Amino acid sequence: MSSLSVDHLIGIKNLTREDIELIFSTADNFKDVINRPIKKVPSLRDITIANLFFENSTRTKLSFELAEKRLSADVINFSSSSSSVKKGETLVDTVNNILAMKVDMVVMRHPNPGAPDFLSRQVQARIVNAGDGTHEHPTQALLDSYSIREKLGSVEGKKVVIVGDILHSRVALSNIYALQKLGAEVMVCGPATLLPKYISTLGVKTETNLRKALEWCDVANILRIQLERQDIAFFPSLREYSMLYGVNRELLDSLKKEVLIMHPGPINRGVELASDVADSDQSIILQQVENGVAVRMAVLYLLAGKIERNN
Amino acid sequence: MQPRELLNSEQLSITITRLCHELIENHGDFSNTALIGLQPRGVYLSNRIVQRLGDLTDIRTIESGSLDITFHRDDFRRREEISIPNETELDFSLEGKDVILIDDVLYTGRTIRAGLDAMLAFGRPKKVELLVLIDRRFSRQLPVQPDFTGYTVDSISSERVSVDWVETEGEDKVTLYSTKEKDE
Repeated sequence: MSSLSVDHLIGIKNLTREDIELIFSTADNFKDVINRPIKKVPSLRDITIANLFFENSTRTKLSFELAEKRLSADVINFSSSSSSVKKGETLVDTVNNILAMKVDMVVMRHPNPGAPDFLSRQVQARIVNAGDGTHEHPTQALLDSYSIREKLGSVEGKKVVIVGDILHSRVALSNIYALQKLGAEVMVCGPATLLPKYISTLGVKTETNLRKALEWCDVANILRIQLERQDIAFFPSLREYSMLYGVNRELLDSLKKEVLIMHPGPINRGVELASDVADSDQSIILQQVENGVAVRMAVLYLLAGKIERNN
Repeated sequence: MQPRELLNSEQLSITITRLCHELIENHGDFSNTALIGLQPRGVYLSNRIVQRLGDLTDIRTIESGSLDITFHRDDFRRREEISIPNETELDFSLEGKDVILIDDVLYTGRTIRAGLDAMLAFGRPKKVELLVLIDRRFSRQLPVQPDFTGYTVDSISSERVSVDWVETEGEDKVTLYSTKEKDE
């Protein structure tokens, strides 16, 4: 098998395990490329990619842009704050206008869940979802699983707990799909108000006690509290959240084993994760960022390979 | 057409030995020379040459590695299937080195062009030479010629040359065979 089963990367839900493994094995080669003196290959030199960010992003946007440039693609950037979206243009019109400038692929972040899926049905371009509202963030989940695979040898059979604001997290949903497809056991942990009501139908364990969750797991993926998406108060105060669900050195040292700590960023230091944990050898947060570029290069390379050339 | 055996195990061994002697003649003690096998199939030949050089000389350390050219191919998006990369193992710089690129079969020359491109990510060699086991002459699409040739064969585009190794196919041999579908 040497090509993806999908034409767009909308979510992990649509991928097969073989797709994910193909992305990982391709990413291994790109990781090698980005550690060379010359970190660039010419594969996508005739491809133009538009990065459409209708929502703020630092890491993902830079990571995608770097991945595109290291594949020699031409890149155009767009952010909604400085665009005609403010003047009332619809999403399809905005994107079709950009595509009229001969763009082959679109990497999009959007606050509305389902926006990339909608777009993939409306326009002639390969769509890569860089996060859609509270729905999915597939490349983040891929790089998280890739980092676990790199650190622990494999994802199969590992126990992974996702801690924090599961209700508002696209990273959590994509991670659950990816980890389960790769054969890991998944648990979500957080205040009951931040655990979605029907989450157990996805086949994940739920736990409201952080200590119990950490005692169970091999890997803990700590999520940020997404205050910008919380229209009501889901817990009394950040201080209380931090006391009950903040991961700190003392808590980790009291466990009988070493748990691998991950965080998709941005970290709110001292809230969900203490500084001495974030900066310790137990955490692979910066490796995740490095792997993000390699994994995104693999995704773009494999999707671009499916674009027909107009000769 | 029945497959035609170009080289049997013994002949292949003699050819590799002869290539090694040519290399020794031109590169002396190999102190500034690096051998690079092109992935996937050139690596078997490269390994065989390094091994044989070890038998023929006292030199124990010859710098060698493998190079994957997938991301430098000029037919990305022109093929039905996406080319899946292999591993590149080059843990030394090629800056100022005499590099010998090694592949099993030289046909259109496009793989070598991609190899030259891929190689530059590892530094600027002083000189690059090409060693191939089989040269399918008169079929080049680019101005690429080998410096060291094992065996030269005249073939038409519907034919293929297959180089088998004990490690992978269970036997050392080179055969020429015909395919039904026409090459582009």
